[in-house]
Amino acid sequence: MTLSRRRFLQRSAIATSTLIAAPAVFRSGALAAENPITVGSLHDQSGPIGTSGTPMVYALQLAVEEINAAGGLLGRPLKVMHYDTQSNIQLYSQYAQQLAVKDKVDVVHGGITSASREAIRPTFDRFKVLYFYNTLYEGGVCDRNTFCTGTTPAQTVEKLVPSAMKKAGKKAYIIAADYNYGQITAKWMTKYCKDNGGEILSTDFFPLDVTNFGSTISKIQAAKPDLILSALVGGNHTAFYRQWTAAGMKGKIPIASTTFGLVNEPSTLDAAESDSIIGAYGYFEELTTPASKSFVEKIKKAHPDSPYISELASCTYEGVMLWAEGVKKAGSIDRMKVIEALESGLVFDGPSGKVSLDKPTHHTVRNAFLAEVKDRKWSVLETYTDAKPADTASVCDLVKNPNDVKQYIINL
Amino acid sequence: MAIYVILALDVLNGISSLFLLCLGLAIIFGMMKIINLAHGEFIMLGAYATVISANAGVNIWIAMLIVAPVFVGIVGLVIERCLIRFLYGRLVDSMLATWGLSLLIIGIITTIYGNTQQGVPTPLGGFSIGSYQSSYYTLFLALMAAVMMAIIYGVMRYTRFGLVARATMQNPAMAATLGVNPARVYMSTFALGAAVTGLAGGLLAPVSGITPVMGGAYVAKAFMTVVGGGAAILSGTLSAASLFGSVNQVGAYFTTPVYGEVIVFTTAIVLIRLLPQGISGRFFKGNL
Repeated sequence: MTLSRRRFLQRSAIATSTLIAAPAVFRSGALAAENPITVGSLHDQSGPIGTSGTPMVYALQLAVEEINAAGGLLGRPLKVMHYDTQSNIQLYSQYAQQLAVKDKVDVVHGGITSASREAIRPTFDRFKVLYFYNTLYEGGVCDRNTFCTGTTPAQTVEKLVPSAMKKAGKKAYIIAADYNYGQITAKWMTKYCKDNGGEILSTDFFPLDVTNFGSTISKIQAAKPDLILSALVGGNHTAFYRQWTAAGMKGKIPIASTTFGLVNEPSTLDAAESDSIIGAYGYFEELTTPASKSFVEKIKKAHPDSPYISELASCTYEGVMLWAEGVKKAGSIDRMKVIEALESGLVFDGPSGKVSLDKPTHHTVRNAFLAEVKDRKWSVLETYTDAKPADTASVCDLVKNPNDVKQYIINL
Repeated sequence: MAIYVILALDVLNGISSLFLLCLGLAIIFGMMKIINLAHGEFIMLGAYATVISANAGVNIWIAMLIVAPVFVGIVGLVIERCLIRFLYGRLVDSMLATWGLSLLIIGIITTIYGNTQQGVPTPLGGFSIGSYQSSYYTLFLALMAAVMMAIIYGVMRYTRFGLVARATMQNPAMAATLGVNPARVYMSTFALGAAVTGLAGGLLAPVSGITPVMGGAYVAKAFMTVVGGGAAILSGTLSAASLFGSVNQVGAYFTTPVYGEVIVFTTAIVLIRLLPQGISGRFFKGNL
């Protein structure tokens, strides 16, 4: 067969246009067949925050699998659109745009650090995509499009400080990381210490790359506190617990921390270094309720090498389940209808116990737990039921001001 | 009174850990003029070698004093053969290449061991002075710093290898004319620097937070100290480590840890402004 130039061009043009059109044709066909409800997920699975993000992704997948196994929502299956944000804020912004504009997802769960949340929250506000932030944080977010299911200082620090003071004494020394989380948490610690008749001897902040704590340990000894309150953050700061133990101070002055053990410090540090440190969170892997046991079992079965399953994972699971309850109640995935359903006082019984959404703040009323490290594991000492996000409630009322979209700084 | 003894121990601790951290860099940067931005990762590798072998049942002292330096020395040797030997005399290229190398090492370790904390318990215990506590490990670090100084001084000053190494660094062409193979000298010097850095990583492993990215916390201070110290490996590094180590500890004690850091960096800026050749460029000229 001879191929004239004209015919060649003609055929090429036809072939090219077919190729270009094919994905659109196939994709719309596939969508019509399945028509799943899409759940966006933005979590760090690599980089410095990867160890925190990985169990959150596992929990989200577990929740979605369970919903699908029960027949999906509104007769449609759920589909997860997950992006690994790699501990990089720029990728958060980029993938948030992609989820909202290109993937057009129906809800987004994600964000870990406060910085990442504030990078993506405005995007979801602008494109009207419902957003769930499932991490403990400093409190104050007030946005009708956003639900924060993690604990805030009023729910954990409020329990941690008085119980540690009861155990140890009234004079406390605060050591904290030198950025917004540490600074704000130190303020909360100071407030709750004073509210309970205590006294703060000194507050020291540490840049995140400090590795030598020798002079601080001497300073603490000179100040002679009854109790150390720690909001140290990151790998370098773990050196404090090591050097503290090396100096033979372990056991002489008790330590209570808002950050220790959220990832996997108890299992990786030596027992001598971590024993008897006190912490308070919205969930511990060691909780022995049936719901908690089966939650941990399911994640460990699917991912035997999962990092510690902390509040981050349980709140993510509960966040997805609460959203699903909202969709069921609304009978629709329309954003406003789901928000109204979620605001109607929805309750979900999750691994951490009863969790209910608080209408005025879009935060959760949930259980808080106090625990102590024993032999490289958390041993849960006390349960506080129905802890309320009182800090955010003091500044935020979405019933009165439904158009609020800011994070308030809570003045103490 | 006891508090001043404790404070003196803190200062000693600051100086000796800084000296140990910088010695390997001083050998590589001071002698060979290779800016090794992967220095922090060599420290991290030393710490990992210690932790992994100690947790596998190796005696902690053997893990720190033998496994860590030998392992990192071998890694240094391989890296010199594969990468660094093409970069002698190319300062900017060496920075770029070693920076890439540091990212690669972090990536490899993260892939193998995960992005989590590792740890070994601190050997030795604490002791008390009056009502204060300090750790024997501080004294051990100071002892090790002194021993390392003596070894490096002995090797560089009294052995044939030291003589040849110093000659090659001063004038490679002349050394080659006299029958020395500069490539081999560079190779062993780089491996020696890496091994010393690995030892520092091993020694600091029990008192640091060990993660794949831990090197970042050390590299800036190590460079500052080596540049502040100037050309002489031992006297320069020791004087600069003493200055910065004590300023940091005393500063952090009497103000806050934040100002402790600020004061160190300010001191470094003033020092480099007044003595652009470093401390040893002015005071210990011609010393080792």
